[in-house]
Amino acid sequence: MSSFLLRRLLLWGATAAVMIVLPLVFRQSFALSMLSQMGIAIIFALSYNMLLGQTGMLSFGHAVYYGLGAFVCAHTLNAVAAGRFALPVTLVPLVGGLAGFGFGIVFGYVTTKRSGTPFAMISLGIAEMVAACALMFPGFFGGEGGIATNRVVGEPWHGLTYGPQLQVYYLIAGYCLVCMIAMFALTQTPLGRMANAVRDNPERVRFVGYNPTLVRYLVFCLASFFAGIAGGLGTINYEIVTAENVGLVASGNVLVMTFVGGVGHFFGPVIGAVLVSFMQSALSSYTQAWLLYFGLFFVVMVLFAPGGIASLIMVHGPPLRHGLWPRLAPGYLAAGAALAVLLAGLIGLVEMIYHFERGEELGEAFELFGLEVDAGHAGSWLAAGVAVLLGLALLRPAICLVRRNWASVHAELHKVEAAA
Amino acid sequence: MTHAVELRAVHKSFGRTPIINGVDLAVAPGERHAIIGPNGAGKSTLFNLISGRFAVTSGRILLNGEDITGREPQEINRRGLSRSFQITNIFPRLSVYENVRCAVLRSMGYGYSFWHRVGALERVRQRAAEILERIGLARRRDRAAGVLSYAEQRALEIGITIAGGADVILLDEPTAGMSHSETADAVELIRAVTRGKTLVMVEHDMGVVFGLADRISVLVYGKVLATGTPREIRASPAVQEAYLGTTVG
Repeated sequence: MSSFLLRRLLLWGATAAVMIVLPLVFRQSFALSMLSQMGIAIIFALSYNMLLGQTGMLSFGHAVYYGLGAFVCAHTLNAVAAGRFALPVTLVPLVGGLAGFGFGIVFGYVTTKRSGTPFAMISLGIAEMVAACALMFPGFFGGEGGIATNRVVGEPWHGLTYGPQLQVYYLIAGYCLVCMIAMFALTQTPLGRMANAVRDNPERVRFVGYNPTLVRYLVFCLASFFAGIAGGLGTINYEIVTAENVGLVASGNVLVMTFVGGVGHFFGPVIGAVLVSFMQSALSSYTQAWLLYFGLFFVVMVLFAPGGIASLIMVHGPPLRHGLWPRLAPGYLAAGAALAVLLAGLIGLVEMIYHFERGEELGEAFELFGLEVDAGHAGSWLAAGVAVLLGLALLRPAICLVRRNWASVHAELHKVEAAA
Repeated sequence: MTHAVELRAVHKSFGRTPIINGVDLAVAPGERHAIIGPNGAGKSTLFNLISGRFAVTSGRILLNGEDITGREPQEINRRGLSRSFQITNIFPRLSVYENVRCAVLRSMGYGYSFWHRVGALERVRQRAAEILERIGLARRRDRAAGVLSYAEQRALEIGITIAGGADVILLDEPTAGMSHSETADAVELIRAVTRGKTLVMVEHDMGVVFGLADRISVLVYGKVLATGTPREIRASPAVQEAYLGTTVG
């Protein structure tokens, strides 16, 4: 038991160290705002996974609790600025958490009355309803423009004004670490374990003395609390909250992040949040077609790796432990090469289509992977097409090789296990 | 005397189709009671009524003298009645150990707590380990329950059922689909884990029924045709005619 606690302590300590060091390594303001965005996304995605991965609730409206928490925080900051009451900015995200919790108590009561598809439908309905309210109550939601706020309010505490982005980053990082630990700890409580049981088999839960509806409701309220904290941090970070923050796109976004990262492992959503935030800010500055790539990536993940990136990582645990990874290398190298050719061709085609369709703004000639590409030139199209076909042709035998490699690894692992 | 389980004029209809037609049944504390009857007689429905899965259409059900008619399954479970299912009903993605632990938590008073660390609850751990030992799955502890063999899953099903320490146990066809030797093991297991408890079971295997039960009720078309000791049931002409005639040689 103590070794369990020690391992956890080391892991969280390492996480904290990484969080502290990151902004010292990546000093650009672009990187700092991306890191801040990632921290918020991590809390949000982990709170979403309390619903989806841990309790089996597919919500289409989790942004409601993020967004409402964010709005309440914006009003709180504005009230502090107006001198109506005093509250250190450091504690404002907690107000967001309590707001999320409160709305979770109200809306969650209705939503968690049902499970499965009806649950998903009700969550969608509530998201629509709140989005509609955003237009009906401009006083609270600020109409089209949203609510703008200023995070530099109140008395600075030990020099903390939250004016510089670095201070905001460390605020987010601190909350992120505490929330991660809290959400992990929750999985290790009776409620957390029963949430898994409800996900697996709600009917049986009733016959071991638990009410599955109540388990779902409690988890929902707690998840809303953490979503609200993420929302509050969002308010402080962006200093503006709009109706988009409670909308369906935001709810879909957190679903995608969580799913891509992997719902089956606690740390999966962390990976998803980091990766998707990165793609959203980095990829979007490189190409206008980034949403298309992102969509493709999501579809491929759902089709071929439904356990997300986390499960892709985890299946490699046993081969690594038993030193069997060299057996996997040939297949992965071959598949990687085939994929690179295929992707290069695909990206070439997509980018050329963009430049061809919008030639007046973008110009038909552009540079890709250091190559001169001209959407008005047949040779470029031919080259991209050939790359796609070649990639596809190479991918097939490469995947067969990966399969054979894995079969031999499995056979070996079986032997090891039988010997033990 | 207070009965462990008592049914008074219980009726159940689905739509206009009556399934249970006025069942009276009394099971004494500590008794092993088997319910037998042809397919479609309403045996599983009767279990679903007693355990609260379905609501009765009319009639009353008492557990240790307390009226539990219309209670939710989880309330009935907390009052000391636990059941298993004919079709294995476990938590497939949880480990074998966690399956049992989930069934222990409530009875140890931890309920919906999100402020206890489950790994630190020594009594819970001991109890779950003890149950695993008793059902013979200690070596499978960390396996996902969904990948166990059929007979192992059936044993786990019984483990989950008894883990909470209920004093009234309902087993729905615990040996269904088992081989001969597996059945013999299952009977020994059931005998051991229900010692000192009240057992009500639905069972098709007459060898199991006559070997295990103190008393037997024969259910035909939603009515109790006869109740008595195995000897009385074997001798009853009405039962012979309605049901046993060809099964018991």
